[in-house]
Amino acid sequence: MSVALKNVRLALGDRVVLDTVDASIPVGRVTAVVGPNGAGKSTLLRACAGLLSPVHGEIALGDRPIKELTRPEIARAIAYLPQERAVHWPLAARAVVALGRLPHDDADPAAITRALAAMDIAPLADRPISQLSGGERARVLVARALAQEAPLLITDEPTAGLDPAHALALFSLFRRLATEGRTIVVALHDLSLAARFADHILLLANQRVAAHGPPADVLTPRYLERAFSVTMLCTTVGEMPIVVPVSTLP
Amino acid sequence: MSRREHIIPGLSALTLVLALASLAIGPTGTGLGGGDQAWLILTEIRLPRTLLGLLVGAALGLSGAALQGYLRNPLAEPGIIGISGGAALGAVLAIHTGLAASFAIGLPLGGLFGAAGAMAVVLWLAGERGGPITLILSGVAIASLTTALIALVLTLSQNPFATVEIVYWLMGSLSDRSMTHVWLAAPPILIGLAMLARLGRDLDALTLGEEVAANLGTSLPRLRLLVVTGTALAVGAATAVSGTIGFVGLIVPHILRPLVGHVPSRLLPASALGGAALVLAADLALRIVSPGGGIRLGVLTALIGTPFFVWLVVSTRRELAP
Repeated sequence: MSVALKNVRLALGDRVVLDTVDASIPVGRVTAVVGPNGAGKSTLLRACAGLLSPVHGEIALGDRPIKELTRPEIARAIAYLPQERAVHWPLAARAVVALGRLPHDDADPAAITRALAAMDIAPLADRPISQLSGGERARVLVARALAQEAPLLITDEPTAGLDPAHALALFSLFRRLATEGRTIVVALHDLSLAARFADHILLLANQRVAAHGPPADVLTPRYLERAFSVTMLCTTVGEMPIVVPVSTLP
Repeated sequence: MSRREHIIPGLSALTLVLALASLAIGPTGTGLGGGDQAWLILTEIRLPRTLLGLLVGAALGLSGAALQGYLRNPLAEPGIIGISGGAALGAVLAIHTGLAASFAIGLPLGGLFGAAGAMAVVLWLAGERGGPITLILSGVAIASLTTALIALVLTLSQNPFATVEIVYWLMGSLSDRSMTHVWLAAPPILIGLAMLARLGRDLDALTLGEEVAANLGTSLPRLRLLVVTGTALAVGAATAVSGTIGFVGLIVPHILRPLVGHVPSRLLPASALGGAALVLAADLALRIVSPGGGIRLGVLTALIGTPFFVWLVVSTRRELAP
């Protein structure tokens, strides 16, 4: 399911966070949203998930404006994983993952088992979430979003707190889901991960979309240095693209 | 898992046994045996008391569980959103003005109006788009205000009998209630219970925070309206007929939560049954320990509740300790 933003302005209270956003998020691709702190990555994700209405402009999901969709329709179309990892009651990991099935009115144990297996947490399924480590808890919450089995998956910094093995596994999973036709949107700070796994980059800076397109076109010193105020080393090791911040610009 | 599956049947059986005991035990002796007088005692005295115990207990237990789930705070209880305070103030005013003495249902009617008024003010103060914090803040403000106004009514009261009646009523009791009280309180309590009992799905979703709950299809403004209205109907009507019975709405969900795997939706029916069982048990204990009516129901639940609250604080402190 594609997302199209037309001349969108987003604000938190009376502070305009993003303005004149024109962008489209393609179907069956991994789109990485990158940019410095405060550039509006999370705000953009929340708007795409239908949790924040634009001040003006329009966001469309497929061929329908998102504001015309009912709550249950949005819940079945979009799985949203925020950066905040609150779990207010010490539920068992499996019970947390099962919450992803609420929009479907069927518990579908197979979907829950698939999500647990995909995030490598099946052995922890019966443990209370309060007894899990930060990384394990993060994986349980990703599994909740996976269990929703929505055509559009929006995740905010899903690799924060994950060890390298699980971060790589998660992005490989995103790639596989994309080839199955699902649309993945992920806000990221790790530019190398974005360069390596994303098909499409949305670079945000100074309340605007600074650049968008394939990683090879956007993740270049020209755009990145202006957006982040940092000199960047953009290179490849073998086939693998690497983006490393070098030093802050004056 | 087996323990979790047995919790609802177990609590149902416990509640049933306590309800039968409540019908069978009283100062005139036990047994349901024959005679017109025994039948009269059963239908006119013990039946309303038992039914009110069931209704009031279920109202307190279920609304406590719903509020704790909505506010995501194990220390929440129906009193925190000002509804019981409003009901108590309405009832106290009914006694003070003589309304309660002039016709039989004046007192509970005053309580119902008080609860409705408190609900309206709390919802208005908390605002349409406010979250749990604004609800707690406005609830606490209304609760303090009603406490102050009740104190004011007590000090201004020139009739010592009315003062004694107010003080006794505030302590909470199920004695000397008739079927009229049951008919008055049952509809709002049952409607409130039905509203709260259907919130399980949304309260489950809220476990992961408001944004995820919204993503899972929950309307947060609708949820809050249902939590407050359901609590106002159930607890407002319960307080209007029984006075203030504290701590049931706090303790019952807290004790039962681990037994249902901490899942908010499973906690709702369990807390309704648990609340009914606790109020029936406390009322029965009073009839046996203090048949003369020296100890009031609200006093007993507070006497049990306070040590529990202390234990809660100590165990929370232990959990938070490094």
